[in-house]
Amino acid sequence: MTDIATYNFAYLDEQTKRMIRRAILKGIAIPGYQVPFASREMPMPYGWGTGGVQVTASIIGPDDVLKVIDQGADDTTNAVSIRAFFRKVANVAVTTDTASATIIQTRHRIPEHPLAAGQVLVYQVPIPEPLRFLEPRETETRKMHALEEYGLMHVKLYEDIARHGRIATTYAYPVKVEGRYVMDPSPTPKFDNPKMNHSPALQLFGAGREKRIYALPPFTEVVSLDFEDHPFEVQTFDQPCALCAAKNVYLDEVILDDHGDHMFVCSDTDYCEKRRGDGHRGHLAPETDLAPETHSAPGNMEPAQ
Amino acid sequence: MTDEPLLRVSALSKSYGSRVGCDNVTFDLWPGEVLAVVGESGSGKTTLLNCLSTRLLPSSGTASYRMRDGHFRELYRMSEAERRFLMRTDWGFVHQNPADGLRMTVSAGANVGERLMAVGDRHYGKIRATAVDWLSRVEIEEDRIDDEPRAFSGGMRQRLQIARNLVTGPRLVFMDEPTGGLDVSVQARLLDLLRGLVTDLGLAAIVVTHDLAVARLLSQRMMVMKDGRVVESGLTDRVLDDPRAPYTQLLVSSILQV
Amino acid sequence: MPTPLVVSNVAKSFTMHLRDGIKLPVVADVSFSIRAGECTVLGGPSGAGKSSILKMLYGNYAVDEGQIIVTHDGGLIDLATAGPRTVLAVRRQTIGYVSQFLRTVPRVSALDVVAEPLVERGEERESARSKARDLLARLNLPEKLWALPPATFSGGEQQRVNIARGFITGHPILLLDEPTASLDAKNRDVVIELIAAKKASDVALLGIFHDQDVREAVADRVIDVTAFAPGKIAA
Ligand SMILES: Nc1ncnc2c1ncn2[C@@H]1O[C@H](COP(=O)(O)OP(=O)(O)OP(=O)(O)O)[C@@H](O)[C@H]1O
Ligand SMILES: [Mg+2]
Ligand SMILES: [Zn+2]
Repeated sequence: MTDIATYNFAYLDEQTKRMIRRAILKGIAIPGYQVPFASREMPMPYGWGTGGVQVTASIIGPDDVLKVIDQGADDTTNAVSIRAFFRKVANVAVTTDTASATIIQTRHRIPEHPLAAGQVLVYQVPIPEPLRFLEPRETETRKMHALEEYGLMHVKLYEDIARHGRIATTYAYPVKVEGRYVMDPSPTPKFDNPKMNHSPALQLFGAGREKRIYALPPFTEVVSLDFEDHPFEVQTFDQPCALCAAKNVYLDEVILDDHGDHMFVCSDTDYCEKRRGDGHRGHLAPETDLAPETHSAPGNMEPAQ
Repeated sequence: MTDEPLLRVSALSKSYGSRVGCDNVTFDLWPGEVLAVVGESGSGKTTLLNCLSTRLLPSSGTASYRMRDGHFRELYRMSEAERRFLMRTDWGFVHQNPADGLRMTVSAGANVGERLMAVGDRHYGKIRATAVDWLSRVEIEEDRIDDEPRAFSGGMRQRLQIARNLVTGPRLVFMDEPTGGLDVSVQARLLDLLRGLVTDLGLAAIVVTHDLAVARLLSQRMMVMKDGRVVESGLTDRVLDDPRAPYTQLLVSSILQV
Repeated sequence: MPTPLVVSNVAKSFTMHLRDGIKLPVVADVSFSIRAGECTVLGGPSGAGKSSILKMLYGNYAVDEGQIIVTHDGGLIDLATAGPRTVLAVRRQTIGYVSQFLRTVPRVSALDVVAEPLVERGEERESARSKARDLLARLNLPEKLWALPPATFSGGEQQRVNIARGFITGHPILLLDEPTASLDAKNRDVVIELIAAKKASDVALLGIFHDQDVREAVADRVIDVTAFAPGKIAA
């Protein structure tokens, strides 16, 4: 086993963390603006959230409590290994409980439990540039941001409506930040877009391969782009969570067997488990669902070693 | 008719190192006037056009443009943001190769609507209705509105490019060989269309062409360039029917009849 | 009688740069005036410079020397030195021109070719078209041709379109370069009537008529262009 002492705290050296923190501060100062930074190699491949990991590594302190989710779930390989990584290199407490986390690193979701002031949500971002879809030249997209030339974003939405009769973009749905920068919220479902608006939490976005960091300070206005006659709408589900009966949450389709049987359940596993722990039952929930000692609040918290 | 020009160009020069792009070009352009710039390739036509449209900065000289508020603004002193705004609202630029002026991977309707959306139109239905209207004005069937220009013929692409440029009601349009690369019959149709639009909309235009027939048909005034300099200018029919400069005589004599 | 156009000491030559710069003098010391309500005819043999004079008056040929003073828009303008915009304004408002041949524009119907000068002067397209129909009917152009572009018309048909286009407006000065050359007798007579009507409405006409009968029918005055042959001493 490698000795913890051979790592710098949170893996990155202090110089690098300072550099990244400066980029983060700049991002906070200019909400929605993509700040370039010198992305480092991390002991995991690109696409595994190296941008988010570098941001987390730069802001995490010994007293932080970290939660990591991947598409809402705490228990995917990706989430588990990032959580393990920080337990090892920063020796911090980790949790699956949204409310008790101080830092939540996420891939593609915002937790259902409302975030609070003092919390930091760190997004892993694959492609930070919302204009990339139509304008491949980086020099040109930078200029378009600088000059607030955002007609192209609406061209994309126009194409959606022309092709599908409605805005068919369901994730990575572009937003305008504080009436200034157009931003890609990372591939979160558009269901989560309203949660970004005026969130009391600090939201940080890290794109490792593309070497960009951007941020939404708490209580920032985040407006989803739309047309007057095709206003922005979040996805709605015609049934509640099959396990916990939650409504107005984002559901994933789970295939049950080879016959095409399926059910819709909360994509936010922590939220779903909590509700079940509190006695909520969906129509497909097994009677003896979960042992209360592992899933009652405040979630399964693993203290720092 | 106003008594002031739309564009005033004075002693405009552009050199590429020791090579001359255009040299000491001076002229005024009035609203509703079409000026043809002719000359063989390499004579500086496109350099001049790119300088005028601020896609290129001149080495020296000035160009001022009368904004919609009636005030003249020095083009090369405007901020880039202002110039780009001008380019997508009050100006148009029709490229010789439509692929340079179109977004080939979005639909015809979106190509036409883009400028509207860029200036803040946020009503899909209205944007689409305007796009339909403009497509019909450039003789593109309504049912092609959701097709990408990749599926269009050269002539259709060029007409689409024109619609895309004119949708915001610009006052000045730059055209670089708008009929170049098209079949003769397709050219005729495009020219006729352009002629009609220019007259109906009262557009001012600067049209670069090496085709004297295009100049004859579209423009009232003409400038003949050679080695970056204007060797002759005047009423188009005067320059073509009574060419004075040796180079103009050569140009006119080397084509059959315009 | 008012004098809408005065030509004084005009000279014209062509320098042929492609042929060692030889200079081809065409006319010199051209001086005459035309009067409203009259048809003045330029006479002289082929090559004497008749068309060149008309073209200078229309701004189509440059003028080497002299003045061409035209009453335009309540003032006097020297066309010999006027800039392109002024020449265009004069063409729009003051001087009309029927050339020897129609210059066809692709895809524009005969009717619109004829109506265009009126539209340019600010007339509603429909009323301009209705006047164009009247004139084309009068010149016996078959109605089935009106909607077609004249490019494929016969010489005589094209010339009638050209005449209609020239006669449709109320320009106070009208220049005519052999308008009847390719017309049959019946249509020549129509042109003679049209000219008479222009005279009656005080238009000053200046024309070249190859055809003796037409010339006699319309001319109030004949100016012999050979008098302006270069090298001759002006009287
Ligand atoms: N654009 C031109 N370039 C060179 N020479 C020209 C041009 N136009 C006319 N000329 C020459 O000027 C002279 C006068 O020609 P113009 O056409 O004026 O004669 P005209 O009296 O109208 O003859 P016609 O009765 O045959 O029509 C001729 O020698 C002619 O070749
Ligand atoms: Mg003649
Ligand atoms: Zn649930």
